[in-house]
Amino acid sequence: MKLVLPIILVAVTVLLMAVALTGAGRSSGTVGIAAGSALPGFSSQATTPEQALSNFLMDVQRRNWDRAFASLERTNDSVNEQAFIQEWIGSNGELRAFSNLEHYDARPLHATDSEAQMRVRLHWTTPVGPIEDVRDFRLARRGDQWKVIWDEIPVPNTPSQIIPVNYLRWDLVSGGSGEEWGAHNVDAPHVRIVSMNAVDSAEGAVVMGEVVNEDTIPAFVNVNATLVDGAGSAIDDESSFDKIIHVLLPKQVTPYRIDFPHVSLSQVKNVRMDVKATLVPASSDPVIGVMNQKLDTDAQGHAVLHGELMNQSGQTVNIPHVIASFYDNNGKVVWVSDGYVERALLPQESEPFAVEIPKSVAGKVQNFHVVVNQYSLQKS
Amino acid sequence: MSSSINTACKSHRARRGRSLPALLAGLCAAAMVCAAATGYAQDADLRAPAAPVAGNPASIATTGGGTATFYLVGPSISLKRDVALGKEISLSAKELQSAGKYLAIVCSGTCRSVGFFVAPAKPVSLTFLVHPSRAPVGQNNVVSGVALPFDEFHNLVLAPAAIDFQWTAKGAAAVSHQVSTQNGVAWFHTSSGRSAGALQVTASISINEVIARRVVEQVAADPCSLHIQGQRTRKGIVLETEPVRDCAGNPVPDGTIVSFTAKSGKDTSTVDAPIKQGIARAQITAAGAVVVSAASGVVMGNELRMGAQ
Repeated sequence: MKLVLPIILVAVTVLLMAVALTGAGRSSGTVGIAAGSALPGFSSQATTPEQALSNFLMDVQRRNWDRAFASLERTNDSVNEQAFIQEWIGSNGELRAFSNLEHYDARPLHATDSEAQMRVRLHWTTPVGPIEDVRDFRLARRGDQWKVIWDEIPVPNTPSQIIPVNYLRWDLVSGGSGEEWGAHNVDAPHVRIVSMNAVDSAEGAVVMGEVVNEDTIPAFVNVNATLVDGAGSAIDDESSFDKIIHVLLPKQVTPYRIDFPHVSLSQVKNVRMDVKATLVPASSDPVIGVMNQKLDTDAQGHAVLHGELMNQSGQTVNIPHVIASFYDNNGKVVWVSDGYVERALLPQESEPFAVEIPKSVAGKVQNFHVVVNQYSLQKS
Repeated sequence: MSSSINTACKSHRARRGRSLPALLAGLCAAAMVCAAATGYAQDADLRAPAAPVAGNPASIATTGGGTATFYLVGPSISLKRDVALGKEISLSAKELQSAGKYLAIVCSGTCRSVGFFVAPAKPVSLTFLVHPSRAPVGQNNVVSGVALPFDEFHNLVLAPAAIDFQWTAKGAAAVSHQVSTQNGVAWFHTSSGRSAGALQVTASISINEVIARRVVEQVAADPCSLHIQGQRTRKGIVLETEPVRDCAGNPVPDGTIVSFTAKSGKDTSTVDAPIKQGIARAQITAAGAVVVSAASGVVMGNELRMGAQ
């Protein structure tokens, strides 16, 4: 009887080890952070395109860079291992540098005996929430094995240059405690909600619109909304959180969106809006242009607004954040979308972006306005 | 009735030596009871000081003989001391610093009380609040100010006092306006001027040269019109505005955002550029024919049509 418990424990341990070993080749799992081979001797031979891609992505997921790089067939000799690693883990303090590949879903686009093309959805965990990235991989048969063809061109380094910058900055000087009362009062900036619209979405109620800074000084802005039912009781209150540009320069307009998950507008009688503005030090740099914006349909059939961000200053923007407001033919804001760009925006360089529009509103959209929020490590 | 009140006063004396809160509570209760008792007295035993002023000594005349306990309850004071009846009770300047209602009580067998009002002294300072700190030019009644005169002991001076308000804008003659305080408050409203710059606002009491100064920053209003021009370069189109001014001709402050929008077929490019030295500049990459427009806040500018490169 005394031996029963130890025997059970040993049996369960052996079973779990066996499960772990057999699960090593699966396409989803916990992100490994150890370098090198996680389980030497357990890598299966890539006799199918799916297996080759799975092995490669597992190595990427586990950050087993040497083996992942060795398994590739490169079309461009300028791609070295360092550039390959940077492609996956990011640099310049960009969002990718703080992200982990959580799991992926791969499906074949087409395949022959010698070549195959696979579309992979890469699911990244990031500090700003999960991000999905769609990437197409080309594979080729070499002998009895399949290999991933790596035809990415490494991002050219920013050339050394001198960019004259004479940007404006607002500093905040507060009076000492010994000042006469009322002598140095500075009013809070004047901001105004210029539009508001409440709609039901698949996730719940959404309140959105635009805010303008009408003042001549920068403002830190936050928009709050309270949903009120027929009895006058508050159902829920939320803030715009990151779906707004918080630091608004004079006469700048920002979209805002406030999500109320699991709340239906049918319960709501009234929406109370509250915009708060405080005076903050700010800088008007960097200026980011939003070029070649176009409404389109992506490879998965989703309506998207895509374009390119162009950094017109000499400062690296580590994490660009795009917020877009979409209008119907009456100029009413019908949706606000946002998206983070995973790559840093280097000085005088551009980066593509895309934000999705829900199918329910895509048909109504006649116009749009894109603004760019920016997070720079030097400023935080 | 009188006897029971006397008993209450005696029992209060018996409670000497208790803790301070209990003593104050007892003092207040005794003061109320004893004050009620004075209503039944035929002769006034205490005579209030004539027109006492905050920060000035005063005295309360008493009649009778022997010793008594004197209580004084005021806006920021409560004291107790032994006094000799028949002599004046002196109140020091420090004891009467706060303006307001006071109650003096003398207890000796029976309690007598008298109330008096200490008036604020002469104003020596002005609290002056002006709103807003920034005002767009050309707005009616946008600037307002409130002045409250205080004496040297920080008592609000309730007696009417003439306050001279004066506001001076750059390049304009000073405007004066005299207002008498009502219940210690004087105020004014005025419109902002036509020119951006500092508006100096002062409030003063001429009799003793008390003066308070504030500054309202008059800022340019919304841009009146936006005119843009552009030229093609190797990298695309360089756009810039003409100097941006409001309808009164004031330059719009640097840092104000001007949004440039270029439409080329289905493509749209936008740049939010800040005004620097009166002009906003932006660079847009577009090779084909484009229609460019500009906006600042809710003000739209002209449209610029440029042919393909």
